[in-house]
Amino acid sequence: MPSISKPLIPLAPLRRNDLGLTPRDYDGAMSTLCAGCGHDSVTAGLITALFELGIPPYKVAKLSGIGCSSKTTAYFAGDAHGFNSVHGRMPTIATGASAANRDLHYVGVSGDGDSLSIGLGHLAHAVRRNVRMLYVIENNGVYGLTKGQFSASADIGSTSKRGEANSFAPIDPLLMALSIGATFVARGFSGDKERLVPILKAGLLHRGLALVDVISPCVQFNDHEGSTKSYLFTREHEVTATDFVPPRETIVAHVPDEGVLDVPMHDGTSMRFRAVPDGYDPTDRLAVTRYLEERRAAGEVVTGLLYANNDVPDLHELNGTPEVPLASLPFDRLCPGAAELAALQQGFR
Amino acid sequence: MSLDTAGPELGTRVNDFAVKLANVNGTGSASANSLLMKAIFRMGIPVSGKNLFPSNIQGLPTWYEIRVNASGHTARALEYDLVVAMNAQTYTADVAEVRSGGYLLYDCTWPLAPELLRPDVTYLGVPLAALCSEQFDRPRDRLLLKNICYAGSLVALLGIDLDIASALLDETFAGKVKLRDANQIALRLGYDYVIEHLEHPLPFRLEPMAGTEGKILIDGNTATALGCLYAGATVAAWYPITPSTSVMDNFASLCRRYRSHDGVNDFLIVQAEDELAALGMVVGASWNGARAFTATSGPGISLMNELLGFAYYTEIPAVIVNVQRTGPSTGMPTRTQQADLLLCAYASHGDTKHILLFPADPAECFEFAVRAFDLAERFQTPVLLLSDLDIGMNDWVVPELTWDDAFLPDRGRVLTSEELHELPRFKRYADEDAEFVTPRTLPGGGPHGAYFVRGSGHDAQGAYTELPDKYQQVVDRLSRKHTASALHLPAPVVHRRKGARIGVVSLGSGDLAVREAAELLADKGVIVDVMRVRGFPFPPTVRAFLDEHEMCFVVEQNRDAQLRSLLVLETGVSTARLRSVLVYGGLPLSAKHVVDSVLTQTGHE
Repeated sequence: MPSISKPLIPLAPLRRNDLGLTPRDYDGAMSTLCAGCGHDSVTAGLITALFELGIPPYKVAKLSGIGCSSKTTAYFAGDAHGFNSVHGRMPTIATGASAANRDLHYVGVSGDGDSLSIGLGHLAHAVRRNVRMLYVIENNGVYGLTKGQFSASADIGSTSKRGEANSFAPIDPLLMALSIGATFVARGFSGDKERLVPILKAGLLHRGLALVDVISPCVQFNDHEGSTKSYLFTREHEVTATDFVPPRETIVAHVPDEGVLDVPMHDGTSMRFRAVPDGYDPTDRLAVTRYLEERRAAGEVVTGLLYANNDVPDLHELNGTPEVPLASLPFDRLCPGAAELAALQQGFR
Repeated sequence: MSLDTAGPELGTRVNDFAVKLANVNGTGSASANSLLMKAIFRMGIPVSGKNLFPSNIQGLPTWYEIRVNASGHTARALEYDLVVAMNAQTYTADVAEVRSGGYLLYDCTWPLAPELLRPDVTYLGVPLAALCSEQFDRPRDRLLLKNICYAGSLVALLGIDLDIASALLDETFAGKVKLRDANQIALRLGYDYVIEHLEHPLPFRLEPMAGTEGKILIDGNTATALGCLYAGATVAAWYPITPSTSVMDNFASLCRRYRSHDGVNDFLIVQAEDELAALGMVVGASWNGARAFTATSGPGISLMNELLGFAYYTEIPAVIVNVQRTGPSTGMPTRTQQADLLLCAYASHGDTKHILLFPADPAECFEFAVRAFDLAERFQTPVLLLSDLDIGMNDWVVPELTWDDAFLPDRGRVLTSEELHELPRFKRYADEDAEFVTPRTLPGGGPHGAYFVRGSGHDAQGAYTELPDKYQQVVDRLSRKHTASALHLPAPVVHRRKGARIGVVSLGSGDLAVREAAELLADKGVIVDVMRVRGFPFPPTVRAFLDEHEMCFVVEQNRDAQLRSLLVLETGVSTARLRSVLVYGGLPLSAKHVVDSVLTQTGHE
């Protein structure tokens, strides 16, 4: 299949960010996903987030695994390097890439098959290592590219398009991540871009791994009655824990002071939350876990920036790597040289 | 006790014998055994020490073999002039291994069962347990120091320089005075007992010579780690597995020593969640321009298959050290083999071929590790360094490692941001050079260089394709690139003899045994040329060597004649010309294996 070129729709006037770039500069190739796919909304959210933060595209590295969600790294930031890896292994590629060059913004896009089945172990360990990256799971409870098998995030009793009910317990990536030391946990809904974009922006600025689970319905195989990952179900059962307003934004003003919580960021700015249920504290891991469990038991989908902790060092800080990327260190700084080799071998006699 | 059942007198032999020490693992024998080997090395005598150990931490039988040979023939010997029997569990087997006319050293604190007595063996009793119990108070000391005590006895029996042995203990326990003193006492206990009670030295003995000048004692995994350090590797990812673990242990300690300044570490080592992840991290880091590697063994390579194919197809450098152990499956983790050749040559689904390097000893581990990074970056592909347990975990006497300070790494074709600017449009898989390599760009290297890495079908621009011609254009170039790499790999090493019509082909750790075998065969009138291949793909000289000989024996340590298969597949040589010598029980190759097999197959015996 030859790639399809994207029609240019005139958008006037185009907004420009601090770099003088327009949203079009953050666009990618034409999506080949189905019309109405939730993933395309997430892609649009990522374009907006990168544009609004004014991150140069060439300073972004996009990584993915295999599946519908993983195809989307081609659909945004076309001037950024992209890495469509093998099924489930994206977190490992991202870890190595980050190890080599700590200067880039890493955006990992994955799905529930990629991250919760074949790559669950890698996701868990990337979380443990607090690799500095935005990690988006486009979660639809179903294997789309292979036509409709349940994924590990399908709820018990949720039915497939053919009517079979899932009988196995779902994996909630956020609860799992919270239990192993995640430092940033959020959930969005692809049908609600307005709330999703600020979450993605916060994730891009987070000190470590920002895990964002986006309920992103599959219009072909999982957007029907009986599915708990459909547009209708999510709209009807969504509860929002926090509204999140990213730093350096003037719209902070419209968040009422009452119930607002500032969480300091690594760079000295702060993230600002408004807790929707009174007393919700996105810095209290135990309370967040309890709240998520309770809402899950009630059959609700909690969205918002659910947990954030900027006090935990990322992989590089833990390792004590230099400020400059390891990949750019000059050879003479890395190679101890002939005299040291001779001296070392005195001990080999 | 009939301890004086002396066998037939052996003639005096200087610097030419083999000793086997039978121990229980986890009891501290390893340090005593390496003390002996090091002392012999310091006397200037070519020596090898091979640790034949179980996959266990404590309580199972373990053996250590020392071979001394003035001519440098230090491959594994199969006949032992002296067996040191320190493990009652294996007495029967150990007594049986003494060559006729040889000696057995045992702990005579307890009597030896009569059925263990052989009329053709001389029994040397030293009351090691009794001596140590008398001397030391703590039970732990009594147990551990028994080892240094028998080492002391061997110093006297074999003619090892006592001052050298004593100095080695001082170095080992520098800064630990109590431990040092206890060890020195134990050494003298064993030594003095022999001097007073037994005939010494034995008819086979040591005399100082100048055979180790300019040489060092080093194991292959340490040398590999040094190579990775000197090559400038900054990112390493791994999952613990015997027998490769010490590659990364050593790399980490070398990095802490040479790459750590004021709390800043010019390296990042990740202990990954599995081998899949380890290679994923290496690929991610290499894509981003760092020199990165992983170290593993067979089971890890099995897990890495998918990503090996990915890196091959997307043309991302990666260095993978495979310290081979005995397969299949878990196999025998602490035993050696060369049985991953075919797996590594063609690892992953689809049409894939990789570059392999076959070091024969720790010196080549160092040299080839450095070259592996150059090759991986030059040819933008995975390079597998195939060492094995024998090389990796045993100490070898090799020439001192050298380094040229003028060395600059070959980073391959990477476009700078200026070069990118000159281009009308960057195409990742276009503009091939004479060796079919296309230029790459590094993420973050500036605007205009972006491309999309994909393991799916792609064309010369890196764009997704399902068109037959565009797909084939890329995979055909990959095949040509692989072939072109052959001339950049370490060339085969050939030893010729006048009049030879038979060839012997080997690789890796079998080298010493094969070269010794060639001498022994010549003594029996069978003249052979020897070729050791050092890399895959094979250069044309490999086929030429095969063609020059009426018959070639391919000597390798696996059941299925994997090197022979590779030679047939890749050079097109007639299968009829190639015979096999296969030794795959998990212990290092001996010249005797080769000599016996060649003589039998050529109708000499």
